[in-house]
Amino acid sequence: MAVEIPVEKWAGKVREVTIGATASEGGTRSKTVTVGGESTLPFLQFEGQLPHRPVIAVEIHDAEPTDWSPTLLGALGDVVKDPAAWAKKAEEWGADLIFMRLVSTNPDGENRKPEAAAEVVKSVLKAVGLPLIVYGGAGIEHNPDVLVKVAQATEGERLVLGPAEDKNYRTIVAGCLAHGHIVSAFTPMDLNLAKQLNILVSDVGLSPDRIIVDPNTGALGYGLEYCVSVIERLRLSALQGDSMTQMPIISLAGEESWRTKESKVSEGVPEAWGDFAELGLIWETTTATTLLHSGADIVTLRHPKSVALIKSVIDKLGKGA
Amino acid sequence: MALSGLEIYKNLPKTNCKECGFPTCLAFAMKLAAKGVELSACPYVSEAAKQALEAAAAPPIRLVTIGADSRKIEVGNEVVLFRHEKTFYHQPGIVVRVKDTEPADQIAKTAKEVGGYSVERVGLQLTLDGIAIENTSGDPAKFAAAVKAVKDTATVPLILMSQDPKAMEAALEVAKDGKPLIYAATSQNWQEMAGLAKKYSAPLAVYSKDGLDQLAELTKNIAGAGVADLMLDPGARGMLDSLQMMTQLRRLALKKNFRALGYPIITFPGEGVDSLEEEAATAAQHVAKYAGVIVLNSFNPAVAYPLLTERLNLFTDPQKPIQVEPKLYAIGEANEKSPLLVTTNFSLTYFSVAGEVENSRIPAWLLVTDAEGMSVLTAWAAGKFDAEKIAKAVKSSGVEQKVPHKKIIIPGYVATLSGELEEELPGWDILVGTREAVDIPAYLRSAWSA
Repeated sequence: MAVEIPVEKWAGKVREVTIGATASEGGTRSKTVTVGGESTLPFLQFEGQLPHRPVIAVEIHDAEPTDWSPTLLGALGDVVKDPAAWAKKAEEWGADLIFMRLVSTNPDGENRKPEAAAEVVKSVLKAVGLPLIVYGGAGIEHNPDVLVKVAQATEGERLVLGPAEDKNYRTIVAGCLAHGHIVSAFTPMDLNLAKQLNILVSDVGLSPDRIIVDPNTGALGYGLEYCVSVIERLRLSALQGDSMTQMPIISLAGEESWRTKESKVSEGVPEAWGDFAELGLIWETTTATTLLHSGADIVTLRHPKSVALIKSVIDKLGKGA
Repeated sequence: MALSGLEIYKNLPKTNCKECGFPTCLAFAMKLAAKGVELSACPYVSEAAKQALEAAAAPPIRLVTIGADSRKIEVGNEVVLFRHEKTFYHQPGIVVRVKDTEPADQIAKTAKEVGGYSVERVGLQLTLDGIAIENTSGDPAKFAAAVKAVKDTATVPLILMSQDPKAMEAALEVAKDGKPLIYAATSQNWQEMAGLAKKYSAPLAVYSKDGLDQLAELTKNIAGAGVADLMLDPGARGMLDSLQMMTQLRRLALKKNFRALGYPIITFPGEGVDSLEEEAATAAQHVAKYAGVIVLNSFNPAVAYPLLTERLNLFTDPQKPIQVEPKLYAIGEANEKSPLLVTTNFSLTYFSVAGEVENSRIPAWLLVTDAEGMSVLTAWAAGKFDAEKIAKAVKSSGVEQKVPHKKIIIPGYVATLSGELEEELPGWDILVGTREAVDIPAYLRSAWSA
C-alpha cells in the first residue's frame, strides 16, 4: 500500500543570527555561533533545511549564588565563586555559549555599579573564547544602565544583551546599535507582544539579524505548556512568512527549572519524587527537551550533566542535517 | 475528517419530514455537522447513506482502549498537531516493562511499585498506567506465569509482548478479562494474532520496521480480518527517527485522513539508548510529539514524576486552565491571630502557595480571588487581580470577622497594588509578601510575629 508522506511547503524561514565576533570581525572570540536558518519545524529533516543545530548556553552568575539547589552547588563546586573560572568550566563541559546573569547589579541586593559589572563581563571574555549572552539582573528600570555600560566596555564583541522589554528597550537597543551587539527582546508569553516588540526594536534601527526573541520560559510543571504554545506559534508564524516572528528563540530552561520546588527543596522530599538529585537533573532536561521540540534555538542550562545529556539529544536529533 | 453540513445533506432523504425534530433536512444536516445531534434521529436515512456518513464521521485517529476496569488506558481521537489549535484529548499511557526471565518476586515487586505509584500535583493524583510483560524467555509457560504474577499483584492495564502466537494465547488465557494490548502482529504472524485479538476481544498492536507502506498493508489486512482496535509500532527507535515517523503518522491521519494508519502509536524510548536520562529525554519527546502508549524499561520515580507532569501540562486544555474555587481557605488550625495571604485561583498558584504555607507550619488564612484561572502576574497584567478585586474578595469572603488584626499579605509581584489597596480597604495594613511561593516559610517566620 503506497503511502505518500505529507510534506509542508513553508513560505518562510527563521533568520540566521551570528553571535560573537572573532579578531578579524572586530572582537576577540575564538569562534562564533550561528543560530536559526530553519525552513521547517524542529528536527524535521525530511521536510526542510536545518542549517544550524540548536545550541546550549551554560548559565553563570557574576556573583556567588547562595540560594541555589544543593544538587547544583555540589556539582559546580568552587567555581561559582569566580565567574571567569566558572565560564572556563562551562567551556570544558561543552557549552556553545555562556549565558551570564548580572545578579550583583540588583539594587535590592549587592547593588554593584554598572562599571564594576562590565569589568566582570570583561574578565569572562578574557577567560574563554566562547561568545557571550549577558542578561541584566537589576530589574526593568536599572538594566538599561548596566547593559549600556557592558555594551560600551565590550565594543565589537557581538554579545547578546537582554532582557530588553517594552518599557526599557530603547536605551538597550541604542547601546547594541552603537557598539555592535545583539539584543534579546523579552515579552511575557504572548505571540503578539513578542511580534510587537520586534517591530519596535526594528523601528529604532537595529537590523533584524541582530534580534533574538525571549518569549519567557515556564519550567516543567510551572507554565511549560504556555511556553510550548507560544514558541510553537512563533515558529509556525515564522515559517508561514511573517518576517517579524522570524528571529531565533532563546529559552531559559536552566534558570526556570532550578527555581522550582522539585529541584530546590532537599528536605522532606516525598517518596514519590524519587532520588532528589536525579529529579532535579531530569526536571531540567525534560524542560529543555520539550522546549527544543517546540522550536527553541538556544537553551540555557545549569547542571554539567544536563549539558552533556542535552548535547547528546541535539546531536541525535541533528545528525545528518 | 469531519463532513460539512452540505456534504451530509447530500446523503439525507431531503424530504423535510420534520420527524427528527428539525424543520428541514438541511437544518438537521447542519446540526449533525456541529455534532449537536445523532444521525439515528432520522428514521428514513438509507443504510448506504448511514455507512457513508458514519465512515466519514469516524475520528481520523481511532480511539483505542486497553484494560477493562476503571484504570483503563484510552488513547487516540486526537484532532490537532499543536495543542494551541484546540487541545490534546487523550494523555499517552505511561507503562513499565518487566521481562518473564526476571525472578517472580522481582516481577511482583515492580508490579506493586508501578501499580501503587501515585504522586500529588496541583491537587491531582498522577499515576502510572500499566505494565508491559515481555516474553523474553520464548517459553509460553514462563510468559503466562509472569503475567499471572503481575495480575495477582496489580490491577492495571497490561500489555503482552510476544511475537509467538502460542505464547500469546497462553498469556491471554491468564489475562483475558482485562482486555490487554496484544503486542504485536507482524507480517509473519498477523493472521494468528488477529484471530487471538478477535477471540479475546483485545486491542492489537501492529509492528513493522519496513516502512509505512508495509505497516499500512498489514493494518489493512488485519482490519479486513475484523479487528478494529489497532495500535501502531512503526519500528522507529531513537529520537530523530521516532520524531519524524510519528509526525508523519499524525499528519497522514489528520491531513490526509489516511485510515490505514489512523491509530495511536506505541513507543519504546528505552530501546537503543545509553542511559536512564536519555530514555527519559526520549520519553519526554514522545509525550510532546504524538505517542499513544509509552513503554519505559524500568520503574524510577525521578523519571516518572517529570514525565507525568509534562503530560499533565501538555494535555491541559489551553482554553481551560486548571482552577480552584475562589474562597477563603484555612491552612492548618487558622485562628484570629493567623496571617492572611491573598492569591489567585490558578490551581498551580494556589497549590504552590498553600503548600508553602503548610511547610511554614504557621496556620494561616489564604484568600483566593477569582482571577479566571490566571497566575498572579498574568492576572495582574490582564486586570483580573487588582486592588478593587482583592477588596471585593475580602468583603465578600467574611474574612473581616475572622481576622480582627486587619493585615493582609499580597504577593511580592504585585507590590505596586499596595497604595490602591489601602484606599480600597480603609483601616487595613497592606503587607508585601514574597514573589516566589518557595520563600513564603522564611517570610512568615520572620514577618509574622504578631
